[in-house]
Amino acid sequence: MITFIWICLVLVILSMMGLLYRVFCGPSIPDRLIALDAIGVMIISATALLSILFATRFFIEVILLIAIISFIGTVSFSKFIEKGEIIERDRTSK
Amino acid sequence: MKTNDVILQTTTKVVFFIIFLFSIHIFFAGHYSPGGGFVGGLLTTGAIVLLLLAFDLKTVQKALPFNFTIMTGIGLLLALGTASGSIFFDVPFFTHAFSHFNLPLFGETSLHTAMIFDAGVYLVVVGAAITMIQTIGGDT
Repeated sequence: MITFIWICLVLVILSMMGLLYRVFCGPSIPDRLIALDAIGVMIISATALLSILFATRFFIEVILLIAIISFIGTVSFSKFIEKGEIIERDRTSK
Repeated sequence: MKTNDVILQTTTKVVFFIIFLFSIHIFFAGHYSPGGGFVGGLLTTGAIVLLLLAFDLKTVQKALPFNFTIMTGIGLLLALGTASGSIFFDVPFFTHAFSHFNLPLFGETSLHTAMIFDAGVYLVVVGAAITMIQTIGGDT
């Protein structure tokens, strides 16, 4: 069982390497953004696998925390790409 | 260009309460498990930032009519009051006290004055972070 978890961890890290290649060499900004979002998911999986390996419950809240932070980061980046400003002052007046 | 982000706004209306409840959970669970005032405050800030992203600055200020600068002050007062309240009981500065109480809904609960200090930290973190984000985000 432990070897299975280790194999999963190695696979997750390998896919993170592929996503890092997309972050470094992505031809456009949205490519890098989606790769960063997927890296967030990979970090969540790695945290879950590590919490199994360390046999602790204390990483469960970290998983939810990373998910929330990753979501907010992706939304703000995509809003910056789409509109050029992240926080608008008054939406109705435009 | 007029954009209509109805998906983002509808998602935010649901996700905001999930993040806020999780931040309250992390704040109250800080004594026995990871978390505490700082992480809870930052998570509440994240929830409000999500509101700011989905809606605009004026709507959020109308929906949450708090003065976040005053909130920072109240938090500092809470923390300082907890710290200095101990000297009235003839014990050193910053001595905390706790006891077990029989609350009507929760049963036997241990209440600790460190919770009030943590609430002060929470208010300071939320007030300071939201003040920074609103000041930088709103272009005059």
